[in-house]
Amino acid sequence: MYRILEKEALTPVSKLFVIEAPEVARKAQAGQFVILRTHEKGERIPLTIADYDREAGTITIVAQEVGKTTKYLGTMQVGDSLASFTGPLGRPTEIEKYGTVVVVGGGLGIAPIYPICRSLRQAGNYVVGIIGARSGNLLFWEDKMRSVTDELIVCTDDGSYARKALVTEPLKELLDSGRKVDRVWAVGPAIMMKFVSLTTQPYGVKTIVSLNSIMVDGTGMCGSCRVSVGGRTRFACVDGPEFDGHEVDWDLLLKRQRIYVDLEKIALERYERELMRSKDTGGR
Amino acid sequence: MAEGKKKRIPRQEMPTQDPQERRRNFHEVALGYTLELAVAEANRCLQCPKPFCVEGCPVQVRIPEFIKALREGDMWGAVEILKDKNSLPAICGRVCPQETQCEAKCVLGRRGEPVAIGRLERFVADWERAQGMRIPERPAPVGKKIAVIGSGPAGLTAAGDLAKKGYEVDVLEALHTPGGVLMYGIPEFRLPKDIVMAEIDYLRKLGVNIRTNVVVGKLYTLNELLELYDAIFLGTGAGLPIMMNIPGENYNGVYSANELLTRTNLMKGYLFPEWDTPVKVGNKVAVIGAGNVAMDAARSSLRLGAEEVHIVYRRSRAEVPARAEEVHHAEEEGIIFDFLTNPVEIYGNEDGWVTGMRCIRMRLGEPDASGRPRPIPIEGSEFDMEVDTVVMALGTRPNPLVFSDAQLERTRRGTVVADPKTGRTKLERVWAGGDIVTGAATVISAMGAGRIAATDIDRYLRGEGTEPWWPEDGAS
Ligand SMILES: Cc1cc2nc3c(=O)[nH]c(=O)nc-3n(C[C@H](O)[C@H](O)[C@H](O)COP(=O)(O)OP(=O)(O)OC[C@H]3O[C@@H](n4cnc5c(N)ncnc54)[C@H](O)[C@@H]3O)c2cc1C
Ligand SMILES: Cc1cc2nc3c(=O)[nH]c(=O)nc-3n(C[C@H](O)[C@H](O)[C@H](O)COP(=O)(O)OP(=O)(O)OC[C@H]3O[C@@H](n4cnc5c(N)ncnc54)[C@H](O)[C@@H]3O)c2cc1C
Ligand code: SF4
Ligand code: SF4
Ligand code: FES
Repeated sequence: MYRILEKEALTPVSKLFVIEAPEVARKAQAGQFVILRTHEKGERIPLTIADYDREAGTITIVAQEVGKTTKYLGTMQVGDSLASFTGPLGRPTEIEKYGTVVVVGGGLGIAPIYPICRSLRQAGNYVVGIIGARSGNLLFWEDKMRSVTDELIVCTDDGSYARKALVTEPLKELLDSGRKVDRVWAVGPAIMMKFVSLTTQPYGVKTIVSLNSIMVDGTGMCGSCRVSVGGRTRFACVDGPEFDGHEVDWDLLLKRQRIYVDLEKIALERYERELMRSKDTGGR
Repeated sequence: MAEGKKKRIPRQEMPTQDPQERRRNFHEVALGYTLELAVAEANRCLQCPKPFCVEGCPVQVRIPEFIKALREGDMWGAVEILKDKNSLPAICGRVCPQETQCEAKCVLGRRGEPVAIGRLERFVADWERAQGMRIPERPAPVGKKIAVIGSGPAGLTAAGDLAKKGYEVDVLEALHTPGGVLMYGIPEFRLPKDIVMAEIDYLRKLGVNIRTNVVVGKLYTLNELLELYDAIFLGTGAGLPIMMNIPGENYNGVYSANELLTRTNLMKGYLFPEWDTPVKVGNKVAVIGAGNVAMDAARSSLRLGAEEVHIVYRRSRAEVPARAEEVHHAEEEGIIFDFLTNPVEIYGNEDGWVTGMRCIRMRLGEPDASGRPRPIPIEGSEFDMEVDTVVMALGTRPNPLVFSDAQLERTRRGTVVADPKTGRTKLERVWAGGDIVTGAATVISAMGAGRIAATDIDRYLRGEGTEPWWPEDGAS
C-alpha cells in the first residue's frame, strides 16, 4: 500500500511523487491534503494534494525539502512504500462560478494551486494565474498551469526567468487596471499569503488562503494546528485549511510555525550526519 | 488457609519503581504482584455469598469466582472467568478507577481496606500473556459484514465479540495505530503499549481486519458504509479537546493535553530524536484540570524534563476526578497541586512564547448540575504564576468529523443518542458505544458498551430483534 509509482525532481529543492492510493484518489478534491509518514519512526507531515487520478487510483504530492522528513522522503525511490498516507483531509476549496478569479501560487504553492485552478476553470470561471518563485530554477509546472488558466503571469524575485517581480506586483496592477476581480486565491509560504491578502484588502476582493500550521493528527483531535481567524480560534485541519485571508492573524501563524525550530534542527543535523556516515561506509 | 487468619492479612501493596527514579523515565510505575503477593491478597477475599463488589463493576466481573480460582492455583480457570465479562483485563486491572467501582463496594472496605481486585485482575491477565499468544478458534463464517469505526476499547471489544460469532469485521481507524486512547492518550508508564498491541494481535488472529488511516467522514461517509456493510458500530470516542477560551491561549507553549500526549505516546516523542516527532515542555509547567488526563499530562511533562510541574484545579482535593492511585503517584513524584485556583489569562513575550499565567482563587459554593460544589471566583484574589508551558486538560467532546453526512440524533453536548440497553442509535443498522455516547468516561464502560452492542447486532442480524428499531418509536 501507498507505493511510490513515479518520482520526479521538479526543482533542486522539491520533488513530485505519484502515490498509489486508490481510496484517497476516489474522494480527493482540490484544496484538500494528506498526512503521511515515511517510515515507522517518522513524523506525520501534511502535504497538499497536487493532483489526483481517480481511474489510475493515484495521488500526486509535491514536497519541498526543508527538514528531516521531507529530505528523507526525497531519498525514497519508485517502488518504495510510505508507512502511512491518510486523507483526504480538510475541507475542499469552495468551487463555484464566481466570474473572474485570480489564483496566485508562490514557490512550492504552485503545486497545490494547480487543482484549484483546474476546478475553478471547469466551473466556468475566467482564471488568471500568477505564479512566482525566488529564482527561475525554483519554478515548475508553467505548462501545466497554462493549460488550466485563461491567462498566466510568471515572475521571479531575482528576474532570472520571466518577469522580475514579486507575485503581489502583477496582482496589484491587475486590481488597479479596473478589471473586475471576483475572488483571489493564494497558496504559498505564509509570508507570501500575508502580503497577497494585504494587497487585495484595500480593493475589497475576497481572498482565500491555505494555512500551513503545524499539524499532528489532521482530524481535529490535538489542536496543534490552531489559528486565529476573525478573532476566533479555528483548527486549520478540519475548519480549513482554506480561510479568508483578510481575517487571518498572520503574526500568530508565523510565530506558531516556529515552535519546534530548535528541535527540527537537531533532527535534521542528526539525519544528515547519518547520511554522511552511510555514504562513508558505502551505504549498507 | 485457616479461616481465622484471613482478617489479619493486610492489603498487599504492589511494588513500584522508586519515585525519584521513575519521575525521569517512561517505564511502568507499578510493577505488579508476585505470585506470593497475589495469593496473599486473594486469601483476604471472604468469598461473600452476596458479593457487593460485583455490583460495583460496570460489567459485573465474577470477582469472587476468579479470585477463588486464583487462590486454588487454577490460573486458566481464573482467566476464563475474568474474560467472560471483561475482554481486556490486563488493561482494566491497570486503569479502572477501582476505588469508585468494584473496590468501593467490597465489604472488607467497610472496616478496613478492600480486596485489591484490580491488582489481582492485572496479575491474572499478565500471567496469561506470559504463557504466550493464544491462538483463538475461528468460528464458521456467517456471511455478514460489519464495520467497527474507531479502535478504542469500545470498538476493539465489539470487533472481538462479533468476530467470535463468525462475522466478517473491518475496524476502521483514523490514526496509523489502532488502540484509541489506550495508545495515544494513556502513557507508557501507566499502560505499556505492548499490552495493547497484544490485544490487537489477538483480534487479528481472530480474523478481524484492522484498517488504519481510514478517517470516516472523509475517506468514507457513514451512508457509504451502510451500503457496504450489514451493520455499523460507532466507537469513535470523545477526542475533541476543550480549550478555556481565555486570552493568550494560542501562545507557543500552550497545549491541549491531547497534543502533548499524542506527541509523547502515539508519536513516541519521548524517544526524540531516535523517533522523529518532537515534543517540547519548558521548565515550569502548569496543567489545568485534575482528571486522569491532567495527571498523565503532568507526569509526562516531568518525564520529558520539566523541573516543576503544577496541577491547577478550580475545585478542592475532595473533588479530584482522577484515579486515587494516579494522584498518589503524582504526589510521590513531586507534582505540586494548586487547588481552588483557576487561570484567567495567559501572558507571553514578543516572540509569542508563554511567560506566565494570571490565576484567581476560588471557593466552593452549592452543588451544580454535576453534583459537585460549584467553584466561585473570589474577587480581587488574582495572582500571577510564572510558567513557560501550559497544558489544558479540561475534558473532551466527541469529534463531529464522523457525522459528515449522517442524520444521527445527538445531544447538545455532541454525544450520540443511543439506547443503553442495546447500543442502537436512531439510525437503523447503526449502533454506538463508549465515549461517543457517554462523553469522556472510562475504559471499562466503553468496553461494556462495545459488548452490549455486539450482542444486539448479532441478535438483529440473526433476525431475532423483532421489536421496533428504536424503543420509543414502539407501537406499544
Ligand atoms: C495543510 C498543509 C499543506 C501543506 N502542503 C505542503 C505541500 O504540498 N508541499 C510542501 O512541501 N509542504 C507542504 N506543507 C508544509 C509541510 O507539511 C512541512 O514543510 C513539513 O511538515 C516539514 O517537515 P520536515 O520534517 O521536512 O521539516 P521540519 O524540520 O519539521 O520543519 C521545517 C519547517 O517546516 C515547518 N513545519 C514543520 N512541521 C510542519 C507541519 N507539520 N506542518 C506545517 N509546517 C511544518 C516548520 O515551521 C519549519 O520551519 C503543508 C502544510 C500544511 C499544514
Ligand atoms: C489521557 C487519558 C487518560 C485516561 N485514563 C483513564 C484511566 O486511567 N482509566 C479509565 O478507565 N479511563 C481513562 N481514560 C478514559 C478512557 O480512555 C476512555 O473513556 C476510553 O478510551 C473510551 O473508549 P472509546 O472506545 O469510546 O474511544 P477511544 O479510546 O477514544 O477510541 C476512539 C477511536 O476512534 C478513532 N476515531 C475517531 N474519529 C474517527 C473517524 N472519524 N474515523 C475513524 N476513526 C475515528 C480515534 O482515532 C480512536 O482511535 C483516559 C482518557 C485519556 C484521554
Ligand atoms: S473491570 Fe474494573 S471495575 Fe470491574 S472488576 Fe475489574 S477492575 Fe474492577
Ligand atoms: S465483596 Fe470483597 S470480600 Fe466479598 S467477594 Fe467481593 S472482593 Fe471478596
Ligand atoms: S492537526 Fe490536530 S487538531 Fe488539527
